[in-house]
Amino acid sequence: MFYREAGDFRTSYTDDSQTFPITFDRYCYFAILAVAFLVIPFLINDYWANAVLVPLLVWSMAAIGLNILTGYCGQVSLGTGGFMAVGAYACYKLMTAFPDLSIVFCVLFGGVVTALVGVLFGLPSLRIKGFYLAVATLAAQFFLVWLFNKVPWFYNYSASGQINAPERTVFGIAVTGPNVEAWAKYLFCLCFVFVFAWGARNLTRGAVGRSWMAIRDMDIAAEIIGVDPLKAKLSAFAVSSFYIGMAGAMFFANYLGAVEVTEAFGINQSFLVLFMIIVGGLGSILGSFAGAAFLVLMPVLLKNLLAGWLGWDTSIATHFEFIIVGGLIVFMLIAEPHGMAQLWRIIKEKLRLWPFPHAN
Amino acid sequence: MSQQLLYAIEVSLNGLMAGVLYALVALGFVLIYKASGVFNYAQGVMALFAALTLVGFQNGQIPFAHLINEIFGTQVHHFGWHLPAFLSVLLALAMMVLLAVIVEKLVLKHLINQEPVILFMATIGLAYFLEGFGDLMWGSAIKKIEIGLPYGPSDSIDQFTYDLFGYGFFIDRLDIVAALVAALLVCFLTVFSQYSKIGRALRAVADDHQAALSVGISLRFIWVVVWSVAGFVALVAGVMWGAKSGVQFSLSLIALKALPVLMLGGFTSIPGAIVGGLIIGVGEKLFDFLLGPLVGGATENWFAYVLALVFLVFRPQGLFGERIIERV
Repeated sequence: MFYREAGDFRTSYTDDSQTFPITFDRYCYFAILAVAFLVIPFLINDYWANAVLVPLLVWSMAAIGLNILTGYCGQVSLGTGGFMAVGAYACYKLMTAFPDLSIVFCVLFGGVVTALVGVLFGLPSLRIKGFYLAVATLAAQFFLVWLFNKVPWFYNYSASGQINAPERTVFGIAVTGPNVEAWAKYLFCLCFVFVFAWGARNLTRGAVGRSWMAIRDMDIAAEIIGVDPLKAKLSAFAVSSFYIGMAGAMFFANYLGAVEVTEAFGINQSFLVLFMIIVGGLGSILGSFAGAAFLVLMPVLLKNLLAGWLGWDTSIATHFEFIIVGGLIVFMLIAEPHGMAQLWRIIKEKLRLWPFPHAN
Repeated sequence: MSQQLLYAIEVSLNGLMAGVLYALVALGFVLIYKASGVFNYAQGVMALFAALTLVGFQNGQIPFAHLINEIFGTQVHHFGWHLPAFLSVLLALAMMVLLAVIVEKLVLKHLINQEPVILFMATIGLAYFLEGFGDLMWGSAIKKIEIGLPYGPSDSIDQFTYDLFGYGFFIDRLDIVAALVAALLVCFLTVFSQYSKIGRALRAVADDHQAALSVGISLRFIWVVVWSVAGFVALVAGVMWGAKSGVQFSLSLIALKALPVLMLGGFTSIPGAIVGGLIIGVGEKLFDFLLGPLVGGATENWFAYVLALVFLVFRPQGLFGERIIERV
């Protein structure tokens, strides 16, 4: 019924290889974009921006980053929190050093610096594989957090050890700092996420993305057929860290406004992003969004349900959150190792035939 | 001898003792990894859960008391008894065996033949689940373990070294007990796996799953056994760490510390876990003692990981690990 190919005539390679080959799908995508860009900014209030939408966008960005590394290139990383911290601190240093510079460049700069750091910590991946590498990336996580804690230059010698985002504007409208409006920071994050998700999607379809996937599926075989593991692995680390760094910068500048490194970028954040891509689907950009949405919305929902509606203690709600997240990870891995993205694919297949189950 | 050198020796001795405790946790990892190829991230949380259960049984806490109170509006907390230490250890052990059975039934059985990384992530999920479950069951307050372990500095060592060097070493008696327990545990595990029937089956499974199956060894039974033994090791580790710093959430983080220990020692070697633990324990204490003041201290947070990282670049299989051979 839906998702019919009937009437979709693909007469060129470009038509055939587009991201949304089915017309219905394409219109859905445009409709969602229109709602996100044109409707939500008018309806948004502070609660929705701070509790749901901005964190959703920021975590989606981080999840896309980790998905490039883990989902597409097969290198498990537990250093996401540390890399986000690099992005945040690089952005902060640039914001305070050059007050006239546009915040857009600051966020991009955060990404670039993180990409460099990511390549540095990615070097061992040429020798170490699998969860040996995962543990090795823990070195990045703990070392970076320690570094930002111990070297006062990074937090401009502030007494509290915190970093605070000063007010910066885009087209005269504040997007960071204390006077920021909900819709402004939402739109700022949305633009970034839109542009770079689009970029990631196209990157992973091209030659670079294919070389990553070859390395993921079997690195020795990939090497034999001519994929350079050095280039593939390090480029995956660089691109992934670039995304994660920008996510960290937005997490600090737009979402929280003030962060303390051990609290905001601890090992738990690394696991959180890893869970997002497992639940959402490894090797899928859509899955990154789905996973981020799930893990951002579920605690909010659970808190509203248990603490708000049933009136339970919030600590019990937190315990339940742990139980549900953990149980769900295990369940997901057993029932559908490819995550929500795969579920969506199955649903789409079903919708194609619905309501005629025996068509074909 | 110069004062500085004596300090360094004292620091290394304390590092050795801390290393023993790391090794205790790492031991649980190695056991499970050898038998089932699963890298069990939940080992640290299992230690926490075991210690929580032990304290809970001993003090006669009612499981899920908070939840029950919240739902029914009651005010129940304790059964009002106080079990002897020995009995509560046995009960906690039974709980860990039960946990092993449940994990095998609900998780491992369904994940046979999956990639190691998938299994690793499943155990991360398990760790989260167990963490929430443990807190929900026994409450998240910091608890003390009182099963008659000695505390405080050892006077005799203090006196002995004072007579010898003119400087008394400060070594916690609890650490000495922990070292003895760890040594006993390693002996026990070695004897168990060398001479008992189940131990031999265990090694057969570790060697080759299919060959073991074909001579009639039940894989699933062996997995339950291995997870139970790992639960036992977790209980010992949990009690030792719990006695040192109280039974609390941070206990589960020792799993993270055990990871570099394993990477140094090699995932498949029991002696490797011990040696790795000692190297990390001494290394991080000495490093912090010598270079910590120069760079602002608290280097213990990352030293172990960086050491393991650098080490792995040169020797990817660890000190005692089996050589990694890859084929297309």
